[in-house]
Amino acid sequence: MTAFRMPSLGADMDEGTLVEWIKKPGDQLKRGDIIAVVETQKGAIEIEVFHDGVLEAIHVKTGSRVPVGEVLATIRTAEEPESAQPVPPEVVTQKPVYAPPAQVAAPFTPGLKITPAASSRAKELGIDVQSVFPGQDGIIGLKEIEVPSVPAKPKASRGINLDEMRNAIAAAMARSKREIPHYYVSSIIDMTAMMEWLATENARRTVSDRLLAAVPIIKACALGLQQVPELNGHFLDDRPLRIAEVKMGIGIALRGGGLIAPALALPDRLSLTEIMQRLSDLVARVRGGRLRSSELTEATVTLSNLGDNSADMVLPVIYPPQVAIIGVGQIDARPWVVDGTLASRKIATFAVAGDHRANDGRSAARFLRLLGEILQKPEML
Amino acid sequence: MTQDQLVELVKRSLYEVAPDLEAEPLDPKRSFNEQFEFDSMDFLKFITGLHQATGLALPEKDYPHLVSLELAVAYLSEKLPS
Amino acid sequence: MSVLRKVTYRDAVREAIQDAMHRDASVFLMGEDVGRYGGAYGCSKGLLAEFGEDRIRDTPLAEAGFTGAGIGAALGGMRPIVEIMTVNFSLLALDQIVNTAAAIRHMSGGQFSVPLVIRMATGAGRQLAAQHSHSLENWYAHVPGIKVVAPATLADARGMLWTALQDPDPVVMFEHAMLYNDEGEIAAEGDLSMPIEGAAIRRPGTDCSIITYGGSLKKALAAAAELAGENFNCEVIDLRALRPLDGKTILASVEKTHRAVIVDEGWRTGSLAAEISALIMEGAFFALDAPVARVCSAEVPIPYARHLEISATPQVAGIITAVRGVLRR
Repeated sequence: MTAFRMPSLGADMDEGTLVEWIKKPGDQLKRGDIIAVVETQKGAIEIEVFHDGVLEAIHVKTGSRVPVGEVLATIRTAEEPESAQPVPPEVVTQKPVYAPPAQVAAPFTPGLKITPAASSRAKELGIDVQSVFPGQDGIIGLKEIEVPSVPAKPKASRGINLDEMRNAIAAAMARSKREIPHYYVSSIIDMTAMMEWLATENARRTVSDRLLAAVPIIKACALGLQQVPELNGHFLDDRPLRIAEVKMGIGIALRGGGLIAPALALPDRLSLTEIMQRLSDLVARVRGGRLRSSELTEATVTLSNLGDNSADMVLPVIYPPQVAIIGVGQIDARPWVVDGTLASRKIATFAVAGDHRANDGRSAARFLRLLGEILQKPEML
Repeated sequence: MTQDQLVELVKRSLYEVAPDLEAEPLDPKRSFNEQFEFDSMDFLKFITGLHQATGLALPEKDYPHLVSLELAVAYLSEKLPS
Repeated sequence: MSVLRKVTYRDAVREAIQDAMHRDASVFLMGEDVGRYGGAYGCSKGLLAEFGEDRIRDTPLAEAGFTGAGIGAALGGMRPIVEIMTVNFSLLALDQIVNTAAAIRHMSGGQFSVPLVIRMATGAGRQLAAQHSHSLENWYAHVPGIKVVAPATLADARGMLWTALQDPDPVVMFEHAMLYNDEGEIAAEGDLSMPIEGAAIRRPGTDCSIITYGGSLKKALAAAAELAGENFNCEVIDLRALRPLDGKTILASVEKTHRAVIVDEGWRTGSLAAEISALIMEGAFFALDAPVARVCSAEVPIPYARHLEISATPQVAGIITAVRGVLRR
């Protein structure tokens, strides 16, 4: 018998509201099945099971707010022990275990001045006080916890509360900047070959099959990461953990503010057309507020792609517990030296922010160099 | 198609991509990108919608003619048999 | 029904005495200069002519003596009102009040009651210097066996005396010297009596509780009015009774506002403000969004010079600063 608990869907989640049970007691479960839907700061998330078995009992009613780690249901697992599941010999996939944040509201943390009211309110709201910025006087009070509600509500995508989204980003990014010693390495890469190839390719394709520039970039990054595995993984329990498979979090912005970076699994093994389909599906589900739990927890690295008409460079902030994030600026024509001659080329600045506890700038530089080479041969992607 | 029908067609493709925009005022001269924080995925979905509605090939090199309501209507009225 | 009429605080006190003496023949007034002079603050003007020397009794300058006589009369079945000119002078009667009046019910196993009301002026602001200007209400509020009240409004000045006279135990009533000239309206008819227990919320608010009593109430209300202009919404609590304290009202307010400023003209050290602060800490610690702030008098004998007297005692500006402080603005 296995306890099925409320999963933590990222570094910033403390609790979720159970909105729907998809499976009912007695139902057969297969690993990866969606068992329930949980409302979180990132919208409604479809929760998957990790075991084969039978749903024995449900312990939480729909509509309840449930802290991370609480038992939602019990599952009678299949006869065979888990270890009997085939594991590819050379690929040791380790599923990181997400514990609820170790720090609970800590009014007596040395150096942290938080008022009793703020401490209680933070607990109620499920906010980690460690992630709250103190006021100018160095104190965390109610006004720091209770972000004043904006009079005109920003227009929200369906299913997502933008205030909560802002809180989630604040918590995750504050934690990242507090815990992760970031370093940054960047290179300008000549994208002319790739853009020309893409134009030719898209000219052949019908509208609905066309590729976005992000697609070859995603694949090229995944291929590069295969060769620089120290950038792909997590930092957990004070140790870096390399993960063989690349599951790339794709930063997707929401109209009205905020972003989510759900994982696109194994892009290095997918064709560009498949990646495009996955990306399109992910964007639709991010905007609609309907992601799967694995998509929120499995990313091993993140890609932040600014896109057209944006800015030349982004130095992004790592999403814990990942150990690197890749930032891509807009692709634009610039004067560029090719074979000793000045030419107009389409270029883009790629930056890597790395967790210096897990890897070094040297690795990031090697990755950028490999990426530059891969992107010169788009037809190979 | 009349001018009005074309405006309707473009708007329908737009709201297909982003139903939340239906309540927003739409400036025919400003680009969707600028008005609605459209990214390349939104734009591609919009183009796909136009393609499905009109059957036009809409090659990438013509994208600049489709970035605002006014431009798109002008482009479509030129390409579509009247 | 709600016909109003204009009175001063002084008038309200005088009417309360007059009314009590009409209603109950066992009530009489005793104190220094209460008769021929009409009271140091004019609260008994005309009463000697109306009620005669038996019921409006001028006494020697001997607080211990006439307070003791009042206790004796109360034990004997009378309902005396003893007026002491200022709280400073009441210290001469402290032994009578604390060791006798407050203790007799307990020491007699409940056989004897002392239904005595002791009125006295308190507080600074009239340039009467250190021996006439202190606020020692807290000394009395410390003592079990007596009740302590501080009417801050005309209605309380008019209404608390009768209720105090009905109480079987001694009640000490503090009238702040700066209130006597205050003018306002009270009900013209009907039952004007007011309870002698329980605090009153004089201005509801959500951002900060200003807790005060007596002469500081109008300063707190002025501060709250000014802060309202900055969109800070203060709740002003008039304690009314200093013993027993109405902890329920105080805590409910702080639970709501998360912040408290206590305005008390007594000296800060060992003050009533300190007691209230401790009460809030014990009862509403987890609701607090800032340390409790106190606006008290400077720890000096109240000075004679006008500018020094002002700067030594709580003022509107100081209250505003304290509220901004707990709001962290």
